[in-house]
Amino acid sequence: MSTVERPPAAIQPLFTPARIPPGAPSKIDPPPGEDLITVNFGPVHPSTHGVLRLIVTIDGEVVVGLDADIGYVHTGFEKNFEQKTYWKGITYAPRIDYLAFFANELAFVGAVEKLIGLEVPERAQWIRTLFSELNRIHSHLVYLGTSAVEMGAMSVFFYCLRERDYVLDLFEMATGVRMHDRYPQFGGVAEDLPKGFYEECRKFCRMMPRRIDEYLDLLAGNPVWESRYRGIGTITPEAAIAMGLSGPNLRATGVPYDLRRTDPYLAYPEIDFDVVVGERGDAYDRFLCRTKEMYESVRIVEQCLDKMPSGPVMATDRKYVLPPRAELHTSMESLIHHFKLVTEGFRVPPGQVYYPVESARGEFGCYLVSDGGPKPWRAHFRAPSFVSLQVTAMMSVNRYVGDMIVVVGSLDGVMGEADR
Amino acid sequence: MTAAQLAAAVRSAVPGSVVGHEKGIDMPTLTVKPEKLVEVCTHLRDQQGKNFLSAVSAVDHLGYGENVAGYYGTERGRDLNATGSWGSPATPERPPKRFAVRYHLAHVGSGAPERVRVQVWLDDGQEVPSVVGVWPTADWHEREQYDLMGIVFAGHPNLRRLIMPKDWDGHPLRKDYPIGGEPVQFTDAV
Repeated sequence: MSTVERPPAAIQPLFTPARIPPGAPSKIDPPPGEDLITVNFGPVHPSTHGVLRLIVTIDGEVVVGLDADIGYVHTGFEKNFEQKTYWKGITYAPRIDYLAFFANELAFVGAVEKLIGLEVPERAQWIRTLFSELNRIHSHLVYLGTSAVEMGAMSVFFYCLRERDYVLDLFEMATGVRMHDRYPQFGGVAEDLPKGFYEECRKFCRMMPRRIDEYLDLLAGNPVWESRYRGIGTITPEAAIAMGLSGPNLRATGVPYDLRRTDPYLAYPEIDFDVVVGERGDAYDRFLCRTKEMYESVRIVEQCLDKMPSGPVMATDRKYVLPPRAELHTSMESLIHHFKLVTEGFRVPPGQVYYPVESARGEFGCYLVSDGGPKPWRAHFRAPSFVSLQVTAMMSVNRYVGDMIVVVGSLDGVMGEADR
Repeated sequence: MTAAQLAAAVRSAVPGSVVGHEKGIDMPTLTVKPEKLVEVCTHLRDQQGKNFLSAVSAVDHLGYGENVAGYYGTERGRDLNATGSWGSPATPERPPKRFAVRYHLAHVGSGAPERVRVQVWLDDGQEVPSVVGVWPTADWHEREQYDLMGIVFAGHPNLRRLIMPKDWDGHPLRKDYPIGGEPVQFTDAV
């Protein structure tokens, strides 16, 4: 057993920019010592939220050095985008972050629309807003459920997945599939909302706030939860910005940076909602931020249902948008357009564009370069999980191994997105 | 701040650094000499408030713009059905060098992000200084681009492969990386 004296974990000073380790902040080398053991944690471990490998040097039960190793689910999305026409690329985008799939599609579709200069009808913007928020609820529910089950709160996991199923039912109703829906398409959305969607969605909006109350009742006042989460993985606003954190991870430190508010897109400028911020920037605040964001998302969904204008859901530019199915039987031009769009795709003017959206995990950006051809020359994605997992080492060092699990869980990383 | 104003401000702070600027579809873009990159980035962070590095994107332009990629419209519009019209040939500008590394910067605070893109052009094998000292978050961003694109970031404290296995041959996102027909990996493990 180790005899090295370490400060108790609870009085660890806040993490400030001055304490960002010099050199590579994602890797912290252990101090020279005799009783240190290096443990391989992962790549497959139930609490790593995917296949994340942490090479941890421990001194007794305290983490003293950490190096994160990612790439186990690297699938070459960015290379694949270069081989596929834009049209086929939409299928790939949602699989990057399989929990916040809608935001990924939106970033890719938005980037292409911006390169072309394609106008999206107003109703389509509202529908996209609605599903962005439903998707945010979906992602936060999975976060809450899995991080609760790590702490042994099994029932919260079941409750969260029950509501998640409701969200997926709504997705299925409108898009035909539960996940990876390919619903936003260049120029709008694939189809208008189906009959009965409003009623189901309103039912969900009435139910959901009470269910969020329930989660908070179960967890927020719970002494076990609080003792595991309070003061763990604390980071100051300055350090969080320097480390590139975004989304709830950044807002938990008190920085009200939310692209829906600061860089408005879709119909967000016309919607009334609050940006949820924390105070201390620890795991507990990150948990509260995400959970309370769901209330705001429900509010946004309700406003979308109320304020959504009627009208077309797809642009009319036939050089980029598939013609309506019914026209194919009567119009030769439509048939030709359909054939050309599906076989060789459309051409996008040369240029480059970076299009960020606020995904459930933070700033998800799509960077596209076009050479004027029907395929992207280069597609690059700014993945918030990839960025936020870098702080795992800084947040975990000088803590117990058990707290490392909380840190990884509270950063809400999705490995599919980190590795792409 | 427009691209021209920003370029002027950076030029006066770091003389001889900015070689070009453009308005861009999405954000102002500054083209910077690689050797002045760290100075420019420090100026942008401290004086222009760009405290947030969103992404580091490297692009391989091997073969970019050599062929007419297609026809994307006529000069008057995008009416390809006009009689006798083949549209305008889509000939993008030829890049000055093979690789471009683009840094997407933003201001994080209460106001708008005011994004800016800083780009450097590099030949194959040419190094670019690391900006980990300016934004610590560049650590993994640069390792990713080193791994997948083979850009060497000089001065990076931990420049190892991040995503591909550490004994991988080549850099997959390069345009001359073969697709299909490559040797089967991991055969030594069987």
